[in-house]
Amino acid sequence: MLIGKPSDIKPSEITPRDLYLNRRGLLAGAGALGLGAAFPAAAATLTYAKSPLSTTGEALTPLKDVTTYNNYYEFGTDKADPAKHAGKLKTDPWTVKIDGEVAKPADYALEDLLKGIALEERIYRLRCVEGWSMVIPWVGFSLSEVIKRAEPTSKAKFVEFTTVAEKSQMWGLSLPYLDWPYREGLRMDEAMHPLTILAVGLYGETLPNQNGAPLRLVVPWKYGFKYAKSIVRIRFTETQPATAWNTANPEEYGFYSNVNPAVDHPRWSQARERRIGEFSRRPTLMFNGYADQVSSLYFGMDLKKYY
Amino acid sequence: MPVSAIGALSRRRLVWLAVFLACLVPLASLVWRFLADDLGSDPVETLIRSTGDWGIRFIVGGLMITPLRQMGWNAPARFRRMIGLYAFFYVCLHLTTYLVVDQGLDLPSIVGDILKRPYITVGMLAFVLLVPLAATSTAAMVRRLGARTWMMLHRLVYPIGVLAVIHYYLLVKADVTWPVIYGAILAFGLGWRLKEKLRRRPRTLRTGAVRP
Ligand code: HEM
Repeated sequence: MLIGKPSDIKPSEITPRDLYLNRRGLLAGAGALGLGAAFPAAAATLTYAKSPLSTTGEALTPLKDVTTYNNYYEFGTDKADPAKHAGKLKTDPWTVKIDGEVAKPADYALEDLLKGIALEERIYRLRCVEGWSMVIPWVGFSLSEVIKRAEPTSKAKFVEFTTVAEKSQMWGLSLPYLDWPYREGLRMDEAMHPLTILAVGLYGETLPNQNGAPLRLVVPWKYGFKYAKSIVRIRFTETQPATAWNTANPEEYGFYSNVNPAVDHPRWSQARERRIGEFSRRPTLMFNGYADQVSSLYFGMDLKKYY
Repeated sequence: MPVSAIGALSRRRLVWLAVFLACLVPLASLVWRFLADDLGSDPVETLIRSTGDWGIRFIVGGLMITPLRQMGWNAPARFRRMIGLYAFFYVCLHLTTYLVVDQGLDLPSIVGDILKRPYITVGMLAFVLLVPLAATSTAAMVRRLGARTWMMLHRLVYPIGVLAVIHYYLLVKADVTWPVIYGAILAFGLGWRLKEKLRRRPRTLRTGAVRP
């Protein structure tokens, strides 16, 4: 069954050139990629420019909380587990396979994937489906840059992200709770949206492993579990890809999983959230406060049905 | 003789006091960690979870006292009431943290949760059932109600234990390890009691259909 608007996407929309150029204009003077030959295991300082797409006026969540309060089930289901166990994951060398409905499928070494890409700081709110939130200064770049390079065909309606599943380095893979490897997906127009980024760092340094090093998706208007971590494959598909939580529990986790205070999760009210560092809850905003930028993507869709 | 009797008595008291204080350690630890700002990134979640954990431990643990006694370990039996009251105590802290800190006493939101979230509904039911047990925990209450009625009333801990496990099972996102462990202990305890009950039934009842 086709869901939502995918059939409406014209191939021309897949490369919103004007938008892309425009944004590059804003970023004139963006720093060069400071990654050197490869990603070192230890945090390395990144060179990046500030982005006008950053969320302003909100206090950043302290680095300690961002890096010790994580959901990354491949390293255990407790939020403290990833920080304890993720150090075992080897992120160098790293290869990302890009395939599916594209003119230029390829296996990219991470350095090659990032070649010529200017990094930006994107400060975004992150809202977890469990009812807590953070404000995180990611460092990354628009996913659309990678998509454009891969030259999707007119059949590419969705993007699927597959994350690393190295049994010897990730003990949580022996837990049967999700159908490994963890997979996520976006509709093509969501993937091309300027707010959607691939992050390689936070707080100005390369990503700690527990936060999804070396490359993770960030889609700030969706619940955090959509942010595929440690990505090894980006596949373009004609049909909606299966995603990890949706497969595990379709009634609770939809494919879209847009932050929506009006659509409750059966277990958690989504009307309010606790910002990490605060005690009482605050109202959750539609599309996590990014409604102005993204609500047009869902025009005419029943968001209670496509949750 | 009197000296050693007093000695024995006070030792009994000392053990009682030690157990009483030991049961307060989880609370002391939470207070300590709160003051030391060591409750993690989401202190409210830590408080709710930790008090809930101790609530279910005391409930399920309390339900194991009788099977343990029947297996020959008598020592915990005299702490039954204390353990039951501590279960109520930690569940009260659990509920208070939820109501006051997590929800900020926002009544519509709380009522919505109780009606709409199955795990809260079930937890609330368990709490409501615990209240009469705590209220009738004194010896005076046993006398007032009569031993039989009191015993009947206090059998409510079985459904409370079951509801607590269901509450836990419903609230975890994926990792059901702990609810399953508590559920297994509970099932063992209940199974044991059933077995004992059948064993103690008069022979005639069991063999009633058999004619000599
Ligand atoms: C006999 C009564 C109850 C027992 C034994 C109990 C036990 C528990 C346990 C074991 C947990 C999980 C702790 C963990 O994850 O480590 C928990 C979580 C929780 N309980 Fe209870 N509970 C009871 C009643 C209630 C009531 C009455 C409420 C609210 C009206 C409530 C609200 C919660 C909440 C909000 C959580 C946290 C859920 C989350 O973090 O997602 N509980 N409880």
